[in-house]
Amino acid sequence: MERKVVFRGKALPLALLAPQLLITIVFFFWPAGQAVWFSFLRQDAFGIRSTFVGLENFTDLFADPLYLETIRNTVVFSTGVTVIALATALLLAVLADRQIRGSGAYRTLLIWPYAIAPAVAAVLWIFLFHPQIGLVGRALNGAGIPWDYKLNGNQAMLMVILASAWKQVSYNFIFFLAGLQSIPKSVLEAAAIDGARPAYRFWTITFPLLSPTTFFLLVVNLVYAFFDTFGVIDALTKGGPAKATETLIYRAYVDGRVNLDIGLSSAQSVVLMLVVIALTAIQFRFIERRVHY
Amino acid sequence: MHRRSLLAGAAALGLAAPASIRAQGTGRTTIEFWYGLSGALGERVAEQVKRFNDSQQRFTVNASFKGSYIDTMTGAIAAWRAGNPPHIAQVFEVGTATMMAAGPAIRPVHQLLGEAGVELDPKRYLAGVRGYYSDTQGRLISMPHNSSSAIMWLNLDAFEKAGLSTTDLPRTWRQVRAAAERIKAANATPAAITTTWPTWVMMEQMASMHDIPFATRANGFEGMNAELQLASPFFQKHMDFLLQLQKDGLFRYGGRDNAADPLFPAGEAAISFNSSGLRARVEREAKFKWVSVPLPFHDDVIQQPKNGVIGGASLWVLSARNRPAEEYRGVAEFFRFISDVDQDLWWHKVTGYVPLTTAAADKGRAEGYYQQNPGADAAIRQLSRAEPTPNSMGFRLGGFVEIRNVIQEELEKALQGQQNAVQALEAANRRGNVVLRNFERANRA
Repeated sequence: MERKVVFRGKALPLALLAPQLLITIVFFFWPAGQAVWFSFLRQDAFGIRSTFVGLENFTDLFADPLYLETIRNTVVFSTGVTVIALATALLLAVLADRQIRGSGAYRTLLIWPYAIAPAVAAVLWIFLFHPQIGLVGRALNGAGIPWDYKLNGNQAMLMVILASAWKQVSYNFIFFLAGLQSIPKSVLEAAAIDGARPAYRFWTITFPLLSPTTFFLLVVNLVYAFFDTFGVIDALTKGGPAKATETLIYRAYVDGRVNLDIGLSSAQSVVLMLVVIALTAIQFRFIERRVHY
Repeated sequence: MHRRSLLAGAAALGLAAPASIRAQGTGRTTIEFWYGLSGALGERVAEQVKRFNDSQQRFTVNASFKGSYIDTMTGAIAAWRAGNPPHIAQVFEVGTATMMAAGPAIRPVHQLLGEAGVELDPKRYLAGVRGYYSDTQGRLISMPHNSSSAIMWLNLDAFEKAGLSTTDLPRTWRQVRAAAERIKAANATPAAITTTWPTWVMMEQMASMHDIPFATRANGFEGMNAELQLASPFFQKHMDFLLQLQKDGLFRYGGRDNAADPLFPAGEAAISFNSSGLRARVEREAKFKWVSVPLPFHDDVIQQPKNGVIGGASLWVLSARNRPAEEYRGVAEFFRFISDVDQDLWWHKVTGYVPLTTAAADKGRAEGYYQQNPGADAAIRQLSRAEPTPNSMGFRLGGFVEIRNVIQEELEKALQGQQNAVQALEAANRRGNVVLRNFERANRA
């Protein structure tokens, strides 16, 4: 027998929902709607003169070869960040999950970087990797490896990927560790008695059972790489050298806030919004099917 | 626990509120001033404002640090759009054209002064400073505040080590290159030459000093339909020169904007091109003998270089609905105060910015300040050594922040070896012109 609780009348449920709805409308629908509206306008920085230009901002955008290059950068960057952050976190979680002395201390230390603000993290990376004043940067150059992320685009990309992934490893680590701890020991022990070696046990039991966690983290990490890595890029490379580390979100920032072209920047925000909606939809529709819950 | 801290917070708010009301109760009119200078320079701004507040009873200028120059400018624009702008916003020189195009959002300084009945002769300001912030009729639109120029900084210990004279210093690019070769041969510093603000130093200053147009229509002073002239033989020559320096291991690229600032005071590069505003930092950090001199020039292009251009920022007066005349009056009084000879000279000495007025520069000279601090007048000499030509008055180009970045990007590609000087300049010219046309369309519509 099914029992449904139904409110009588509409006033109470609406009143209960109102705060949440209000927050969603004020902080999400309103600005998002404004972005969509502005993407059809051309206006000066102060918004004194504005003209409706239809889809011109979008056609301008996709006619710009540099924007297409930015899309390519974003794909490389997001893939790099997600793969490195997930793989490293999984490895560390598996290691920290074992019976070792002082595992509590290890775990705490591994979670630490998450508490560091992106800009501060970036400054730490500068102190390490700056070609002239950084500890590692100087060592690399001293060892005859020409390291100069200020001029070498690939090195710059490597550096922003590493810095962004490093920050996300802690977050992933917590989830992987929790996931590992919820895998029943009896299953692993049974497999061990049957003679399965650790690597085999990991790939056939642990990894599939972790897949809900991995899937969740995949979505979160991609969204992080798309949207939350602005601070690291801004502090480390400002999208340079040339445009080697300019991602979609960084370009939207530069066009909107630095170049004060609100229309073009809004068009980019709309594109980003669509990308993320599509990405999430695809993930839930196709990838989720192969996930064991 | 939570409840207690909430209560404490509420109590603190309750105490704070009457305090602010009290401040208003004294009959002083409050003027909001947003600025974008951090560190030691930011402290100097706060001090400047305090001096004004202490000097009279009628107005209180409330100075707030709003982050970088860009943060301050975009913040002020957003505040204007929201209907609640500060009275004064500090805007960097590359934002000048954007602000000037803002029409009803700003109140030109000459109009402000006229309405407030405060007399300030524009002629009292240094020509190079005045020109940058005036309209075509020579009327001040924004108030000069902190102006610097790019100058050359030399590590004299490194010069000595390389067997170079520390009195007969390089004046031309040819001599700079020769010195760099000796420095490299003697391994006196890890890098011989570096630069900050690549576009400002290598393109804008060079164009101005060599009397070469950066853009048509007098670098944009005569209208928004200006077009960039970056692919000209002079820029090709200079960029080839730079690329050759890099190829020969004499030049180290240190990044965009002021990213290369630390290299000179840290002793990493013996020759550097920085803002004159770096002086305080060099004095504090450099552990070697140094000197600052005017920027070098190509003596096969010009024998007597023209003036350089300024950098830094000026103060813009923002309008708002129902803003009382008394508040504008306060702004005008503040402007009069900072243009006073003694205040200006103080500002020049404690910041390294050039004095805004010729009177302050003369007074500094008469006091013997430049004998005691050699090189502190390099920027002044560079700014005032010639009567400005249409090519050396400054720049009034819309979207100039973006154009600077475009040039930096293309320069980086050239330094990476992806393209040569001609390709870099043509690409920068093409992309920069797109920026100009977009700005023109957005501001004419």
